[in-house]
Amino acid sequence: MLQYILRRILLLIPILLGVSVIVFGIMYLTPGDPAILMLGENAPEAELEAIRERFGFNEPPHVQYGLWVSRVVQGDLGRSIRSGRPVTSEVAARLPATAELAILATLLAIAVGVPLGVVSALRPNTPVDHVATVMAFGGLAMPVFWQGLMMILIFSVWVNWLPPSGRLDHWSYYIMPTITLGTSAIAAITRMTRSTMLETLSQDYVRTARSKGVSPRSITYKHALRNALIPVVTVIGLQFGALLSGAVITETIFSWPGIGRLAVDAIRSKDFPVVQGVVMVFAVLYAVVNLFTDVLYVYLDPRLKARYV
Amino acid sequence: MSVDALDDTLVNENGARRGSRATKVFLKSPRTIIGAVVLVVIVLAAVFADVIAPYPPNEQNLRARLTPPSAEHWLGTDHFGRDVLSRIIHGGRVSLQVGFLSVGIALLIGGVMGVVAGFYGGWLDTAISGFVDVLLALPAFLLALAIVAALGPSLINVMIAVGVANVPQFARITRSAVLQVAEIDFVTAAQALGSRDRRVMFKHIVPNALGPVIVQVTLSLAGAILAAAGLSFLGLGAQPPTPEWGSMLNSARPYIRDAHWSVTFPGIAIMVTVLALNMVGDGLRDALDPRSAD
Repeated sequence: MLQYILRRILLLIPILLGVSVIVFGIMYLTPGDPAILMLGENAPEAELEAIRERFGFNEPPHVQYGLWVSRVVQGDLGRSIRSGRPVTSEVAARLPATAELAILATLLAIAVGVPLGVVSALRPNTPVDHVATVMAFGGLAMPVFWQGLMMILIFSVWVNWLPPSGRLDHWSYYIMPTITLGTSAIAAITRMTRSTMLETLSQDYVRTARSKGVSPRSITYKHALRNALIPVVTVIGLQFGALLSGAVITETIFSWPGIGRLAVDAIRSKDFPVVQGVVMVFAVLYAVVNLFTDVLYVYLDPRLKARYV
Repeated sequence: MSVDALDDTLVNENGARRGSRATKVFLKSPRTIIGAVVLVVIVLAAVFADVIAPYPPNEQNLRARLTPPSAEHWLGTDHFGRDVLSRIIHGGRVSLQVGFLSVGIALLIGGVMGVVAGFYGGWLDTAISGFVDVLLALPAFLLALAIVAALGPSLINVMIAVGVANVPQFARITRSAVLQVAEIDFVTAAQALGSRDRRVMFKHIVPNALGPVIVQVTLSLAGAILAAAGLSFLGLGAQPPTPEWGSMLNSARPYIRDAHWSVTFPGIAIMVTVLALNMVGDGLRDALDPRSAD
């Protein structure tokens, strides 16, 4: 197993290098002189030249990329144009808020999506199944930003139960952002659980268990659900990408001080080192979570375990 | 019979069999039909927006600011006294255009990459697949966000960004569809008959690989409309006074307490459109993918 994990980690290196080329390339092709962006249009030419010299902006692109990536590898993502602080510390200060929200939303999605999918699969084409399907379709189609605004309208403006924004040390601040961020993941997990559960329930070994007189409860939870959940693990990993994207919008709506909002603020103020840094951090997070789910997948599925480990 | 004539017989027989089965499955699901009808209504409303919309989308009436839904303004007015319904109808035109153009960009670039990678294999396949893997390592919305950040906020840049962000999905799906089709007997038969590469590619492989690609187009349209509206909501896409659903929500946001209708209805418009596209996409998948239908 350790060898498999190491192999997967090694595979991450070329992917992340590729991502760094793309992130650097996108920002490199941005129109405008980065030195002017940093110092302003009225800065004296001598100071601009000093900045270009210091950050290597006069160098050819491949040299600039080399300089940038060698700093990134050492944990130096550059300095924010707006605040002058290191991007790494700006990101580090806001990462816990995003992580909290992403973890809570994932837990909520699993806690609601899996049971809903199971119930749906156990009673296919009944009213329960139809309601779950409609909810899943609705959840996937609902724009995150609209859902957030509607929740603020209902729960903060109309009934005044929950605070509309911010992140203070009280559970009530977490409810709306978590539900807003988790909804599409709930929908995706419900649909995936339903379809894998239906498939598993039609397998021969489930029929055998039934004919042996195993109780329906044991069939559902011991025989079927355990196997049905394996592909769901992958969906959870993939949904993490959607969660990161959703975090950008959710954090903006609820004034949540995470890295998603940091990215949007940085884009608005053309603070490109921060944009570059946040996108790289998101890519690494996404890659690590998917690595984790891949490993978990192999660990959970004995057939794959036998093949890879 | 010439090689091409013999080859045409193969093409026609396959096409006819595929078409009739797919139509039957597509028309069997009420959910798909509802989705398709809603979609047709939305497209017609967008096309004939100038005729249907009761007011011009940017006509301001400051004396009627933030008025609730009434007989005069069915969905109320916004903070400039503009008719929300008219802006939603015109907004449909903008959102559908953004969706179609960005998916068109993704289909063109990703499709060519996938067909080339799948058909020729070798180093071309390795290079293209490697590039696709790297792009897939970034969630599509974040990639689009980074591209818009670099290009600057505008609707055209959003189309480019969302289009490029969707390229890897199309490249991957086209590649695997081509690989599957290339293994099938009639393609081998065509190659054995001596058909040229380009003919085999466009007459046999592309039409037969179209199913999964069409499904992806429908589902990506939904995703593209959502992503573009999201970027506009963040102020990075359509700029005021363009009646785009995401930017309508963004500019109406400060008035949510006093005039929730200017936030509620554009959101419902996005949701209904995306829902209809997903329903049609699901129906198409069942119809065009024989494995899921069986």
